[in-house]
Amino acid sequence: MNIQELAGDIPRVGDNDIEGIDFITSGEQYLTFILEQEQYAVDILCVEEIRSWEAPTKIPNSPEYVKGVINMRGIIVPILDLRLKFNIGQPSYTEATVVIVLTLEAGQASRTIGFVVDAVSDVLNADESDIKKAPAFGGCVPQHYVAGLVNVGDSVVTLLNVEALQTLEPHKLN
Amino acid sequence: MSVDLSQFIPSFLEESFEGLALMESSLLSLEVDDKETINSIFRAAHSIKGGAGTFGFEKVTEFTHLVETLLDEMRDGRRAINPADVDLLLESVDCMRLLIEAARDQSDYDEAKVAQTSLDLSKSLAGSAGLPGEYEADAGNAAPPADGQQWQLTFIPELHLVKTGNDPLLLFNALADLGALELSAQTGGLPSLSDMDPEELYLSWQLILTSSASEQEIREVFEWVEDECQLELVRLTPEEQVEPEKPPAEAIPEQPITTEKSADAAGVPVADKKADKPQVKNKQDAGSIRVGVDKVDNLINLVGELVITQSMLSELGNDFELSKLERLTSGLEQLLQNTKELQESVMRIRMLPISFAFNRFPRLVHDLSKKTGKAVELIIHGEQTELDKTVMEQIGDPLVHLVRNAVDHGIEPAEVRLANSKPEQGRIKLDAYHLGGNIVIEISDDGGGINKEVVLSKAIDKGLVEANSSLSESQIFDLIFEPGFSTAKQLSDISGRGVGMDVVKKNIQALGGRIQVESEQGKGSTFRVHLPLTLAILDGQLVRVGSEIYVIPLIAIVESLQAKAELINRVSGDMLLYRLREDNVPVLPIYQLFNLPADTSEVENSLLVVVEADGQKVGLMVDDLLAQQQVVIKSLKDNYQQVDGISGATILGDGSVAMILDIPGMIQLAMKSAQKNQAQHYGSHALAGETVS
Repeated sequence: MNIQELAGDIPRVGDNDIEGIDFITSGEQYLTFILEQEQYAVDILCVEEIRSWEAPTKIPNSPEYVKGVINMRGIIVPILDLRLKFNIGQPSYTEATVVIVLTLEAGQASRTIGFVVDAVSDVLNADESDIKKAPAFGGCVPQHYVAGLVNVGDSVVTLLNVEALQTLEPHKLN
Repeated sequence: MSVDLSQFIPSFLEESFEGLALMESSLLSLEVDDKETINSIFRAAHSIKGGAGTFGFEKVTEFTHLVETLLDEMRDGRRAINPADVDLLLESVDCMRLLIEAARDQSDYDEAKVAQTSLDLSKSLAGSAGLPGEYEADAGNAAPPADGQQWQLTFIPELHLVKTGNDPLLLFNALADLGALELSAQTGGLPSLSDMDPEELYLSWQLILTSSASEQEIREVFEWVEDECQLELVRLTPEEQVEPEKPPAEAIPEQPITTEKSADAAGVPVADKKADKPQVKNKQDAGSIRVGVDKVDNLINLVGELVITQSMLSELGNDFELSKLERLTSGLEQLLQNTKELQESVMRIRMLPISFAFNRFPRLVHDLSKKTGKAVELIIHGEQTELDKTVMEQIGDPLVHLVRNAVDHGIEPAEVRLANSKPEQGRIKLDAYHLGGNIVIEISDDGGGINKEVVLSKAIDKGLVEANSSLSESQIFDLIFEPGFSTAKQLSDISGRGVGMDVVKKNIQALGGRIQVESEQGKGSTFRVHLPLTLAILDGQLVRVGSEIYVIPLIAIVESLQAKAELINRVSGDMLLYRLREDNVPVLPIYQLFNLPADTSEVENSLLVVVEADGQKVGLMVDDLLAQQQVVIKSLKDNYQQVDGISGATILGDGSVAMILDIPGMIQLAMKSAQKNQAQHYGSHALAGETVS
């Protein structure tokens, strides 16, 4: 029996792979979530945790999308609302509102920021080749936040650039 | 069984740096015939050499050996203590530090500087042989017998020298036959091992020959290789043997570190480099801290008490009856007391005497006064005052800047001083003391002081203030901290305190401190730095504004009071002033400044917390006064950004977050927003200095 024949017995990704270990064979993973009607996704390795909404402490004179800061196990974490940041409609805050906390390592420092989204939906596997460039046509979300688009079935998921998400506007005087 | 020596390296390094600091400070205070000091310097050098030998830091051993030899001569009285040697030894201490740091980090060091200094040392050692009969040959050091003329040779062979059958060693042996030979090889041209051709010669040499031979005779030695090398032959005069002349290192091609040299030549201030250095060191040192045994003992005692209290309380809890309530409360009180003391003691472990920051200044002033040609005396007070380690690390550079400015710009040249009937020697005083919960560091000089008119007119030229504005003295002095002042070179003609002062101020503010200037023309200036004792904890007053809770640092609070309607005045449009005895205190409504909904927007009958910052009193309008408590300061910058008027955040007992108010920042915020409002009304002319004051 030669080696090719042996290899033929190993299940390939997509057809009859062993359940639960598909993440070993596939590409990058992304956490998808819903804002209004659309699906967005961020690199899953940046996700620190997913929390429910609690009213944060306001930061004086902050931009509207900065909801305030919360105490996450002794760390002060700012909470940003993605709907407001992207200017897609007014959010409502209930106990079911979801906050995705993202940590971005940049050299020695790391930064942790929570983002308010409507709902978390799925984990998405996408190879680099699956990611398409976003066309530069309008839309509310500024281009530099968008890392690319991924087709999932009939729908399209927008991959967000975590680094860009973490950029903050300086405070202005009222 | 073999012992792993590497585990002792950190303590060797620590001791070495302490030894170097000791050598440096002793050298600076070294006086003629001071046997004791010389001995202690020698001992420090000796133990560094010994340790370095044990751990295989050969470069350190080699270099320190030269230093030790020189010191040994001084110790035995074979060599008189003179300023040139002391300077050379100070240089050597720098080199030793470089070498040890390089050994620690396994990094490169300034080879040119070390080579130059070791050459100078060798020269000086060789020169000492000029005293006939007094010199005994040291076993490890081929110091020459005492006769003849000194020659300095730079020998740079071409790469193929050995291929033509010549051997430098033979040449050197021939030279050694002529007299005593000191030589040092320059290894800067060595390629990496993979690029190395073993048949090529990458080295070059610096040689000092003490010999009665003529130039002709010396050149004859090199006759065979004349066309295959660069040879420089310089006859050294006795002065030159001490004074470092043009760096021979420059003559050598492929010397790796020439930028450092040229930076020196371009007159970059010494302290600039000095200022960079500790930062690197601090990062490395962050791992350990030396604590007095008494502090640790105290801590152990406190923990003992805590354990007793704990066992008492748990016994009480085993079969608790209401009748024991009193004992429970007293037990809890004791626990509170224990915890508080424990916290204080733990904080004290991080406290170091400020001499850690001050001890670099004697050297700095020594070097600067040499560079500027001004005689400056440095007086240090209060070096035992303790300060948190993190604060200490970060305050070093701003202090260096202030001291350098004081020498550079504060102290006038000797002629000017004499003309103004001042002593020729300038005086700079460093002082540190506690004031309330703060520490104050003063840097004062008896120099020319700051010329207010010149500062003001420069500020007007630069558009920092309006031409006709009238500023108070302290406001004028504060202008030197404006960023616009920092870049202007021509400012050095007014006592020029401008260079980089904005950075100094920023650094101090980042530590939660502030800086004040006092100056009297002709008499000198004082820079006063106020710093919090620790960055971690503060005593705070909790206040409520609307639904938000804020923490006001207790240290800023003058008093809290219920506003009385008849004491409120509205002036110049709609500015609120509260009459506090003889003072008129401007009222700052927090809700307005921070854009919040509040319980009441009426000042009448609301609560005022009178706070003071930078000599300015302000009444903060709040809805409610809550508890006073110690809060742990958490940075907002880590995950968010600096927010005007907020110095940080803290976590309250219930787990919620509260913002800590930054009083000076709030006052500035209020000024800015007032200026903005006025600008909107009256066009772009913001009226500086006419807001809250």
